[in-house]
Amino acid sequence: MQETMIERAKALMESKSVVRVVGWRIGEFGYDVTPSVFTTVDDLNGNFVYNDFCGSNLSKYLVRLSCEEGKVLVFLKPCDTYSFTQLLKEHRIHRDNVYAIGIPCNGKIDIEKVRQAGGEGITAIRSEGSTVIARTLYGEKKFDRKEVLSERCLNCKSKKHVTYDELLGEEGEVLDSHRFDMVEKLEAMSSNERFEFWRNELSRCIRCNACRNVCPACTCEKCIFDNDNSGVSNKAAADSFEENMFHIIRAFHVAGRCTDCGECSRVCPEHIPLHLLNRKFIKDINELYGEYQAGSDMETVSPLTSYTIEDDDPSIVNRRGGGHDA
Amino acid sequence: MLSLLKSKLNEFFELVAKETLVYLPVDNSSGQASYQKWKEGVVYSSALNTVRSAKDFFFPQMENLMDFKMQGKSVEVVDTRVEKEDFVIFGVRACDVASFSILDKVFLADPVDTYYQNRRDHAVIISMACSKPESTCFCPLYGIDATKPEGDLSAWETEDRIFFKANTQKGEVLLNNASRLLEESEGQIVEVQRETTKKILEELPFAHLDLSKFKGENLMELFNSPKWAELSQSCLGCGTCTFVCPTCQCFDIKDFDTGHGVKRFRCWDSCMYSEFTKMAAANPRLTQLERFRQRFMHKLVYFPDNNEGTYGCVGCGRCLIKCPVSMNIVKVIKQLGEE
Amino acid sequence: MSMNGANEFRPNIVAFCCNWCSYAGADLAGTNRLEYPAEVKIVRVPCSCRVNPLFVLRAFQRGADGVIICGCHPGDCHYTSGNYFARRRMTLLFSMLDYLGVEKARTRVEWVSAAEGAKFASVMKDFVQTVAKLGENRRLEDIRCKRQ
Repeated sequence: MQETMIERAKALMESKSVVRVVGWRIGEFGYDVTPSVFTTVDDLNGNFVYNDFCGSNLSKYLVRLSCEEGKVLVFLKPCDTYSFTQLLKEHRIHRDNVYAIGIPCNGKIDIEKVRQAGGEGITAIRSEGSTVIARTLYGEKKFDRKEVLSERCLNCKSKKHVTYDELLGEEGEVLDSHRFDMVEKLEAMSSNERFEFWRNELSRCIRCNACRNVCPACTCEKCIFDNDNSGVSNKAAADSFEENMFHIIRAFHVAGRCTDCGECSRVCPEHIPLHLLNRKFIKDINELYGEYQAGSDMETVSPLTSYTIEDDDPSIVNRRGGGHDA
Repeated sequence: MLSLLKSKLNEFFELVAKETLVYLPVDNSSGQASYQKWKEGVVYSSALNTVRSAKDFFFPQMENLMDFKMQGKSVEVVDTRVEKEDFVIFGVRACDVASFSILDKVFLADPVDTYYQNRRDHAVIISMACSKPESTCFCPLYGIDATKPEGDLSAWETEDRIFFKANTQKGEVLLNNASRLLEESEGQIVEVQRETTKKILEELPFAHLDLSKFKGENLMELFNSPKWAELSQSCLGCGTCTFVCPTCQCFDIKDFDTGHGVKRFRCWDSCMYSEFTKMAAANPRLTQLERFRQRFMHKLVYFPDNNEGTYGCVGCGRCLIKCPVSMNIVKVIKQLGEE
Repeated sequence: MSMNGANEFRPNIVAFCCNWCSYAGADLAGTNRLEYPAEVKIVRVPCSCRVNPLFVLRAFQRGADGVIICGCHPGDCHYTSGNYFARRRMTLLFSMLDYLGVEKARTRVEWVSAAEGAKFASVMKDFVQTVAKLGENRRLEDIRCKRQ
């Protein structure tokens, strides 16, 4: 697939259909790929890569790149196409300046999982079928691909590309993922247990803002947390309240627009399961206001900017959910 | 050499904890290690290093500097500093220990930062030598010996023992206090471990990068290099690198209105942020390229130029592991250092 | 929070009341001399839709033990549809707060019309009682804002 992608990119560049290509650049060890813009054929030949570690969602870079002169070619995995469509819906990307090629994906590997499974001192790594082979300072190590797949890829919701100009590989289907399982488990706990769980997770937050900056739904030119006029700007959480506030508000601001791409949890240096906050909103919206998948089409109105007269009152919260107050 | 049986490690912590607070790397619920206070039941982590560096102890992420209480037209300034008790940090790796001397150059230079100095004076550092470095480590590049870390007390971990060597008065005192648990042992095994580890350190992929270009005299050439555009392209401006880095030391001072007084606090800031060093007119660096360039020029050129050649990096590798887009100082050194 | 002589906990309540219906309802309660607890601090907003989730969090941060939002009955909003949006927004917010372990009973939305002075008073009495039983807000408190 990597070769096909490079050939296609080169052809489009040589025919002057596109001026730049956004994809992934090879790193030192095979897993440290960097999202990058390629402007020459030589660069593509020498440095473009598409492997099992290309987890980055490239659609967010288009917010900036589609404003530049000349067309940009972007490669989008199925989950990335949802973010791309959502951004188009919100008029953040100039569609005419983008040529999108849908690429297949059968899951990306989480290098942290490889490390925790005994992958110390990795100097090179590659997938071969269902095995992952790592060359390390301490000898060769093999891993079962299923064991080291990214958390979010385990509940992949769709192999279908929602928006594209061209498709490489076969068209996929929307899948029946079990992505709300953990949310349901949390809902079934008592409120004390839930409080303990979230305190334990959110107290590790270092306010690095990686989750916010990588999120395709967080595209505000000036985030309220960076804006001194908002009254809530802060660069670090002073106490548990500010830790909670940042995450509640961020999840709320993307509610109904979050496509569940999983980037937030992938980039968190403290491995906080942030996707569980966003998935809670998605689950609530699905159950209360009808099934809604952000970014699956351009027409459906977002649930938070619409209403029906029959909507439930907020008191429904007292009657829903599993856990009891204890 | 004095040594402790690993089976007695908890007794050791308990004994030391009777006199002072003890902090050590412990596995947290995400499977990574972080420094936690010792208490009964806590287990010393076997991870190579913690997610957050040890600079947290001397330069915490959030620190209250003073309070203001207003009464009519008068303002009372309240010093909220709590005289810190002595504390012991166990298991600090050579890279993090080296970062302390870099931070000292900034905080203990005139005018002395008394908050930092206070914490520094109260600390006893027990460092731990490495025996299994990661491929992302590159401390040898900066002349740091991972097999012989500095600190008040240096420690080496073998199969069933921990060997100690005191380097300062504080270290001697601690060893004396724990003497009933320690035994005089043959130190040869430590030398063997050091030799084996040194060989691995030699083989580390980034142990021999070329830093010769990063000198004050090349400042303008490096600053104006066209390579910054490509290097900074994918930078999200998140600040993860600055927060996990043991030597990054930028901070912001802000006031918080509690409703019944004002708290002036300082917190970590990041040169990657758009609000960094915001002045009356605006932030001086308006694009991500300029911010990205600033960070690395500071670590590789400005800082060593002002500090007799000491680079602002210790090669711990945290930025390599944690950057969401895998951009890091090694890639910068390689790209700009070549030619 | 304030303690009276009998050491009974009296919670701090913030009530966001929309100008056209619920604030007028509160006014009616006043003119009819209907008592409702003094712990309730009213913040007048043009519409219940004006209430940002940040307002709710900030109220808790600054010492509130309970937050209630009062608006026009659905269908009677002065701005036609503001309360419909508020309904969805507050439902999701309260659900998220519950998910994080904050007690459900600390937050509420009630529809009170300008003619329902009695309802306003009884809603407030009930809410204060409910929150008093829960005690001080610990889970969403900002220790820096606590008065010593």
